[in-house]
This record gives sequence, structure tokens and C-alpha cells, in this order.
Amino acid sequence: MMLIPCPFCGHRNESEFTYGGPVKPDRPDPNATSDEDWVEYLTTVPNPFGPVQERWWHARGCGTWLTIWRDTRTHDIVEGPSDAE
Amino acid sequence: MQNRRLPSGGGIDRGRPLAFRFNGKEYTGLSGDTLASALLANNVRLTARSFKYHRPRGIVGSGPEEPATLVELEGRRASANQAATTVRLADGMSARSVNCWPSPGLDMGAVNQLFAGLIPAGFYYKTFKWPSWHLYEPMIRKAAGLAGAPEAPPLDGHFEAVHAHADVLVVGAGPAGLMAALVAGRAGCRVFLADERAEAGGSLLDRRLEIAGKPALDWVADSVAELKSMPNVTHLLQDASVWAYREHNCLMVNERSPANSNVLERNWRVRAGQVILATGAFERGLVFPENDRPGVMLASAAQAYVNRFAVMPGERAVFFANNDSAYGVVADFRASGIEVAAIVDSRDVVPDFARKLAGDVPIRAGSVVIGVRGKRAVRGVTVAERGGHGTEKIYCDLLLHSGGWNPTVHLFSQSRGNLRYDESLATFVPDEAAQACVSVGGAAGKLSLASALRTGAEAAAKATGTEMPNLPAVVEESYSIAPLWQVDARGAKGKAFLDIQNDVTVDDVHLALLEGYDNVEHVKRYTTGGMGFDQGKTGNINIIGAIALQKGVPLQDVGTTTFRPPYTPVSFGAIGGIREENVVLPYRHTPVTRWNLDRGAFMYEAGARWRRPGYFPRDGETFQETVNRECRAVREGVGVYDGSPLGKFELKGRDVGRFLDHIYTNLMSTLKAGQCRYGLMLTEDGLILDDGVAMRLGEHRWLVSTSTAHADTVHGHMEELLQTQFPEWNVYVTPVTSQWNNATVCGPKARELMAALGTDIDLSPKGLPFMSFADGHVAGLPARVVRVSFTGELSFELNVAPRHMRDLWERIMEAGEPFGIEPVGSEASHVLRVEKGFLSLGHEVDGTVDAHDLGMSWIMSKKKRDYVGKRSVELRRRGNAIRRELVGLLPVDPNDQIPEGAPLTPGGERCPTEGLVTACVWSVVLDRWVALALLENGLSRHSETVHARLKNATIAADVMEPVFHDPEGLRMRS
Ligand SMILES: [Zn+2]
Repeated sequence: MMLIPCPFCGHRNESEFTYGGPVKPDRPDPNATSDEDWVEYLTTVPNPFGPVQERWWHARGCGTWLTIWRDTRTHDIVEGPSDAE
Repeated sequence: MQNRRLPSGGGIDRGRPLAFRFNGKEYTGLSGDTLASALLANNVRLTARSFKYHRPRGIVGSGPEEPATLVELEGRRASANQAATTVRLADGMSARSVNCWPSPGLDMGAVNQLFAGLIPAGFYYKTFKWPSWHLYEPMIRKAAGLAGAPEAPPLDGHFEAVHAHADVLVVGAGPAGLMAALVAGRAGCRVFLADERAEAGGSLLDRRLEIAGKPALDWVADSVAELKSMPNVTHLLQDASVWAYREHNCLMVNERSPANSNVLERNWRVRAGQVILATGAFERGLVFPENDRPGVMLASAAQAYVNRFAVMPGERAVFFANNDSAYGVVADFRASGIEVAAIVDSRDVVPDFARKLAGDVPIRAGSVVIGVRGKRAVRGVTVAERGGHGTEKIYCDLLLHSGGWNPTVHLFSQSRGNLRYDESLATFVPDEAAQACVSVGGAAGKLSLASALRTGAEAAAKATGTEMPNLPAVVEESYSIAPLWQVDARGAKGKAFLDIQNDVTVDDVHLALLEGYDNVEHVKRYTTGGMGFDQGKTGNINIIGAIALQKGVPLQDVGTTTFRPPYTPVSFGAIGGIREENVVLPYRHTPVTRWNLDRGAFMYEAGARWRRPGYFPRDGETFQETVNRECRAVREGVGVYDGSPLGKFELKGRDVGRFLDHIYTNLMSTLKAGQCRYGLMLTEDGLILDDGVAMRLGEHRWLVSTSTAHADTVHGHMEELLQTQFPEWNVYVTPVTSQWNNATVCGPKARELMAALGTDIDLSPKGLPFMSFADGHVAGLPARVVRVSFTGELSFELNVAPRHMRDLWERIMEAGEPFGIEPVGSEASHVLRVEKGFLSLGHEVDGTVDAHDLGMSWIMSKKKRDYVGKRSVELRRRGNAIRRELVGLLPVDPNDQIPEGAPLTPGGERCPTEGLVTACVWSVVLDRWVALALLENGLSRHSETVHARLKNATIAADVMEPVFHDPEGLRMRS
């Protein structure tokens, strides 16, 4: 069971959180994007072998949606790449 | 008759005899015994049959490494597949061997031995594959005969799961672990110490060593007393296995005998800052012909039986070793007066200190055991020089062997730490740690007492940032080994076992390699070596040795297989803890639940764990009569239902209107305060997420209701959007589901009932029109009255604070009596909504349909440029694919009920379906069965006849609009 850092509550057990999936690119303007790009946005989820940026909802805590980088090989919560948001 | 109990010594309590049964026979042991030591004390040598060949087996080890004797416990604490060496003897205990029937002495499965040559590695895979393994599996499982699961849960207690936190978690209370715990405890850290044995001491319990000039067990007792006196040492658990090392230093501990007798077992999830692994080492066996016969035992196990349990595992022993540790056992045997016939040492040179320990026992250096005589018990051994010359037969009833020591790296490896092969120890030791953990003592390959104490103290000093303490004085021991991976002397014939539990021999490994399975993980799976309950604790390194020898590569290059939890078997009950569903997920109740139950309501779960009445049966009524009565009250008079479980969220902020326009398909921001509007929410991929009503309370204040089951989903959806996509929008969401209860009165006489209740709100059609609300008082209670309708009748939803709900309810029932009011359950609600063709998530909405399919194109705003799911719905509908659309069905025979879910096929033929029936109810307004269905191109097929195809019949039905009652909606607007 992972220990997830919540900016408000500190490190808390994974069981307090709901998984929100990997962070996708920003939602494109649906009126200004091609069908292909829209489907790509909807259906393609980042699934790297290594660090992935993902969201967790502290549903059984303060209610924050938070973002972490997690290494899918080890579950280690890591620093994101320096050029990431 | 404990005729093998030594007259003195041991950690057993001779004043407390315990009666037990084994394979139907009565025996007596002593308090402090394990089942294994008690059996040995009673001279029970043949205790098991093996898994594949049903060979006779005895007790091999003394702890969780035991590969041979698995038992099934019977009676009140029934439990399957336990190693006899880890079962603490209890009075009245009853156990039986697994793998044999009716007993290990007379085992019908033993005929397998006659065909042993026909059961090579991979036999099952090769033989039982046509037409399907599943055809053979039940029979093979039965023949293999591992114990079945107990039939009922234990009667006299429950399991428990608990969380704990520690600065330092110490695994193992041997010398290294105790030393580490002392140092960490003295530093003031929160220390959690767990040890798998019944008492602290680890290997010190089994040996005769001194610490600081006194018996080592005195030091153990002092250490435990000191730890107990420290308030910061939070847990000192014995008989507790740390069985899993998970991510982020989360470890699982299975406490098997908690102090509270109501708790059968307790499972701890411990989050530790630093983990100190003081898990010791296991002795591994040697690989020689017939090394599985009853009476062939690990030397260290024999040492434990003699010293800890005062049991003589045999009368005349021969030792076979490739290292020095066996000589200490010889010394203990001599001190206890047990005869040692010879020591067979495969090394050419035996160190002087070892020779001294052996005393006058003859040592055959450079020699090996090439055979064992006796099938059900050892009667003697044949010894030869390593090359096979100079054979000699030695009479004995016990053969004690030692092939070296394997650090117990299971947890370290589970934590993803790397292992490295250590030439001087001829085994794998921990290398680089992947988490905040450190191995000490035997677990790190530090086999001597002095190095165990030192490494334990060092690790704890480092973890706590304290000074290294003075260590108690002990005699330094030395250890050397010359690896002997298998005896291959000329004349050595017979099965040489690598994995005794799964009957894997050297020949099996050779065959696997020959057939191309040359990765160690493949060999493991093909031969099943190391896949038993013991996880190959005594045999795995020998398998790696056998592969290395055969391939001619170093062991480091072969590598180990992956270690996985659990380290020792754990009951499912312990993992689950108290998880009966009502404990983990309690039901949610409204203030009217008690009233409902008193009224004899049949309760349903209404989603999200809410309990709601299904219907209110009366004496002499059939189910259908009950539902019809409740429906008629609503259609003809007045009914009332408790709508409290609907999800409710209050949204505040400048941008709520804009936000609701984004999450609903229709326009919400144009609502005026005091109005409400039905809306549909989609997911971004265009499927229906939920439906509900939004109310505008004020300029920047709204109330949104959701379906009961999807309240949490919608809440998460709103928060995710607001926090991740629109953080700059000013919207605050507060769940108020439990802050508002509601009683909804509905039916043509609802307004009359409201008048009887008394209210200061103008309820006239003009004063409070359909889809509006007002705050005021009803029956003297503060209330918000909302005109929405889920039944198609004139309805007033009376929202009150929970503290007023029961009061309101009772006043409604009282005032409603002259109108023939009925409380309405969810069965009647279902009928009423079907008659109106109102959709129900989970019935008509199944993850494929959209609003257009449901005939609700009007709700898909064309004015809005964008909202969640808009683009995807458009995309899905492009290309004119055939869609299943919502229709009403009238069975041609009005008395024909169509089962919900029944497929519709063209002409009722056996062919691909063109739809399905989503709901079918007895309509009280039409006095016949009516149904809703999703039908291909259904919107343009009204007045056609379609067919539901059942198993033994077809039902014809006419297609119509999905509305059976008041299609203009005059009644609910009245
Ligand atoms: Zn939080």
C-alpha cells in the first residue's frame, strides 16, 4: 500500500484515495479539433514503463485532487522531469 | 508414551501435559511443544506422504522451513496445510497428515511410487492437456491431496486487521533483532518488533551459547524485560510472521496468537520509517540418494529438538555435512548423551575447533553419503569417498545433514532489494536495498553470534543517529564451507530430492534443462521446484546449484527466482479481518427506516448502501396485489415516499451557472431563482453519467440532486473538473445529501393533503407551478417544497432537516388517512416511472445509449457551443449506424409478462437480437402488462409487432411510444 503525499494532509495511505488515472494533455477545444485528435485525447492514456504523472483524489480525506509522479516499475513517488509542469 | 523425551532440560513445561490426536491416535505432549516436537517425543517417525510419489516422509525441519510434514487441523479451529513444526501444541488438538488416505502408514496413493519412473518433470503438462487440463484438474487435485479448505468459518472468535506505525520495525527477535530493538528503543524511537516463534531468542533458543558469561537465554530474558519497560516500544509480538514487504515500507504481520482470546489471528499493516531485517538464516539440506527418508533431518532441526524441546530425535545418529556448523550439533548431542556413530564430512580438511567439538566421534573426511537404508524409517547409511571408493555401511536411525546456511532474504527480496552470490558462504546474500531497510545477523550472512549482535546494534545506531553501544562479550565462532551441490559418486543411486515438498529431484531439473527450460524461472515452473507452501526454504539454493553444475556456470549467473509474499502461509481470514460487509460498508438509513420496519416493509438496498422499503405487504396479499395497491393510491388518491437517499450537492460561487452549463447537456444558467430544471450529465466520451434536478436558490447558490447510486461518482466528477480543469472558476461544492431529507407526496389528492397538513406557501398551480420551489412551513415545520415529479402525478417534494423528518412523516400519514394514503416502496415507484416512460439508469441506460436514443433530443442543447460529452455524442452518431432506441411494448396478450432483459429477435427466430426488454410491469392504469425496450430503429417502428425470444416460447408485442399514461403530462403539471 502506497503512501501518497497530500499537500494538505501530509503522507496518507493509498486506501484514503481514489485513483484518477494518468494526467492527459489539456482538453482540446472540441470545436476546433479533428476527429482523430479528439479520439486520441479520449482514448489514449499515457502508460510508460517508468515515471508517470497521475491524479489521485483524497476522497476519504480533505477532498483534494492532487498530482504526483509515480514510477510504474517501483511505485516510488518521484520528482517529475524538470521540464514538466 | 513420550519415550523419546530427555529426562531434563528444554523450554517445555513438564508440569503441563497436553493431550492431542494425530491421524486418529491419542498422544500426550507438553506445554511448549510444537506438534512436530510432540510427535518426535512420542517416537512417531512416519508423519506424512509426499505430494507426487506418496513416499513416506518424516519431520525434516523445526520451523517454517519444514518441507515434508503438512497437517490439517480439525475441530473448532480447523485450518488446512500447516507445517507441523509451526503448529503450537494445544490441549485437545486434533491433526491429520495431508497427502495420504487413510493414514501415512497405509496410503492408497502409494501405488504412485510403482510408477515413479513414469512421472517426470512436466508430467502433468504433457499428459493431461487433451482436450483440456480442466477436465483432469479436480481429480488430480484430489489425488495430490493437499488439505481442503475448512467448510465453515471458525466458531469461537474472529479475525482482525489493524494498522500501525513505527520509526523502526525490527523483524525477528533473535540476537541481532533483540540487539537492534534495544538500541532503537533506548534511543526513544517507536519500535515495533515481530518474531515468528512462540518466544523471543531465535536461534539462541535452539543452541547452548553464552552471552556475557551467562546462558544466552538469560540475556534474552533481560532484553525482553528491558524492551517491555520502554513505553516507546509499541509492540513486541511473538508467534507473528512478517509475511509481506510491500511498497513504501508497508509490511504485513500475521499475529497468530493474540492475547485477546476472541481474536483468532490479527493482521497488521505496519508502516515503518526504517526496517531492520533480522530474519536469521535457514539451513539447507544436502542432495544425495534417498535424502527424504523418515529420519533424515536437518542438523539444526535436531539441535532444536534436543535443546529446546528435550526430545531425542533418534537413538544413534550419523552426521553428514560440508561445513562447520554441524559440529556444534554433535557437541550438543554428546552433552545430552545421544550416541553419534560418525560424522561424514565432504571436505578433505576439517578445522581443529570442529574436531574438538566432535570429541571421540569418528570423522570420515572427504566422504559422502551415497545411500540410505530403510523406507519408512532410516535403518542405516552407506558412506563412500567422494569418488565412490571405500564404501562402508553404518547402522543408525537418524541421519542429520547440513549443506550450509541460506540467509532468510525473502522479505529483503520482496522489497526489491538485489541479491549477490557470496563465494565464502556459498549462498545468496542481500546486496543493494531498494527501500529503507537493512539486513543484519544471519539474514545478512553474518552467521556468528558476535557478528549478529554487532550488525544488529550498528543498524539501529545508524537508523537512530545514536552512538554504538558496548556489546556483551561472546565467544567468537568461525564458519567455513566447501559447497557440495549434489552427491554424484559412483554407486550413488536413487532419487536425490531438491524440493522435498513438491517431489522435485535432480533428474527432474536435468530433464527440464534438456527440454530447453534453462532459465531458473522456467525450471521452477516446469518442475514446480520451490512452489510448495515452504517456498523452497531448504531447497531453492540447491536447485540453483544443480542448474549451475549441469550448465557449468557460476551460481551468480543462474540467479534466484522471484520471492513473493507470503513468506509463510497466512489464513485468508487474517488477511480479511472483520470484513463482513455490514462492518466495512454499513447500511445508510433515513429517519424513517424504523417506521418502515415497524410497518412491516420489505427492505431493499437502493444503491450506495441506502436501505429503502421495497414494498409494504399486508396480510393475505400477494406481492403483485401489494404493488398494485401502492400504485393505485398514487394514481387515484395520494401516496408518499421517502426520497431522502437522492444525492444532493449545494454549489456556491460566481461561476456555478457556467459550470452547470458545462456538466449538463441542457442550459441551466438561464434558470431564475426559485426554479428548477431536470438535466442530464454525460461523461466526456458521450455516455450518460447521471440525471437529476438542478435548483437555483439565489444568484450564486444552487442545489443539484443526483440519483442515489451515483452521488459519489458525480461528486468526484465535479471536483475533478473544478480542481484540475477549471481551478480559476469560483465554485464550491458541498455534499448535503444527509442534511436534507424529503417526503414526497404524490397523487391527484396531493394538494388536498397539503392543505390538510397546513402550509404558509401558496401551492396553487400559479403560486407554485411545476418545476419551481418555495421555502416556508409545512405542518408547522420549516420546509422547502419542490414541484418535481418522478411518478407523473401532481407531486410535492417536502424537504426538511433530518431532525424533523420522522415528525413530518407521521403527520403526513395522519393527515393522509382520510385520503387513503399509502406509503410507497421502490417496487411501486418502478411501476409508476415505467408507465410514464421515465428513464432509469441501469435499466434503459446501459452504457450504449444516448439521449437521442431515449427520445430526449430536446435535452441536448444546440445553443451551447460545448459541454461535457457533446463532441463525443456527435462523433458516435456520425455514419448512420443502426441505433437501439427506446420504445414502449404492449404484449399482444395483455396477460403476457416479458422477463426484464429478454432479447428481441426478428420474428422471435433464433438469430441475432434487435433489442432487449429493459422493464416490464403490470400497469394499474391500463390493467395489463406493459414494457419498455431498446429496439433497433425503434423510434420509426411504432405499431409494428416484435417478438421477445424466451427459452421455450416467444411473446409478441406491439411497439408504441414509451408512455402509457398521461402523455401530455397534464397531471404532473396540474
Ligand atoms: Zn488531503
